[in-house]
Amino acid sequence: MNPWPFVVGAYSVAIVLTAALLLWSYASMRRAEAAADALKRK
Amino acid sequence: MHALANPARFLRIARPTTAWLLAIGLVLAIGGIAAGLTLTPPDYLQGETVRILYIHVPSAWLGMAGWLGIAAASVSQLVWRHPLGAVAGRAVAPAGATFAAICLITGSIWGRPTWGTWWEWDGRLTSMLVLFFLYLGYIALGSAEKERGGEGRITAIYGLVGAINLPIIHYSVLWWRTLHQGESIGLTGSSIDNAILWPLPLTMVGFTCLFGAAALMRMRAELAEAKVEARMRRMGA
Repeated sequence: MNPWPFVVGAYSVAIVLTAALLLWSYASMRRAEAAADALKRK
Repeated sequence: MHALANPARFLRIARPTTAWLLAIGLVLAIGGIAAGLTLTPPDYLQGETVRILYIHVPSAWLGMAGWLGIAAASVSQLVWRHPLGAVAGRAVAPAGATFAAICLITGSIWGRPTWGTWWEWDGRLTSMLVLFFLYLGYIALGSAEKERGGEGRITAIYGLVGAINLPIIHYSVLWWRTLHQGESIGLTGSSIDNAILWPLPLTMVGFTCLFGAAALMRMRAELAEAKVEARMRRMGA
């Protein structure tokens, strides 16, 4: 059994899910902080 | 910990810390992954699939450490009424759930060529799956309680009760000697050869920094949302 498809598959899952977590956390933080700043300026 | 009870002081520390954790985490995780994929030899028994170790072990550690963080946040909220306790618990949960999922999926992918099966109802695998479902329950309960304007006490109690699963996961390979291998990395040493082991600390620290960055970003988002909500309420009154 060729092991590389399993290695590549495992790394792809880990990288995609970690990147998705970081991007979602960053986007929600930026959105929330921008809304708070906009309200402060009003 | 009480020094961080003031959200303004917490944010002053959290802003630069988030950027540092992200930068250090990315460098170490990418470096560790690259080293693990190219610089280490294949295992004499498992061959190339042993390379899954460099992502599977950090994700298992972070899946469990995340719940330990939730339990600590729950104690700080229930015992000391720490104002950031509930926020910290809710912020850690998505990161913990993500790494528990990565652990389960990469373990399953590792299991197919190594054990000949994608899944087995083994003690370690089942208790890790239970942890993942506990995370989903915590996220659902936390957001429901927040929507209803609760203090998050029920969620905190759930977080403490769920911590019972942590020693079960840890000792599962000793209590039920089924398919998952026993402990190969301990505090005092490891049964894995150094030629294979050395990139693991890089990915362990790297992914831990990324986990911390994700949790801090979620905490900052929650605090900003609370600020907007409070201001809207004052403007409406």
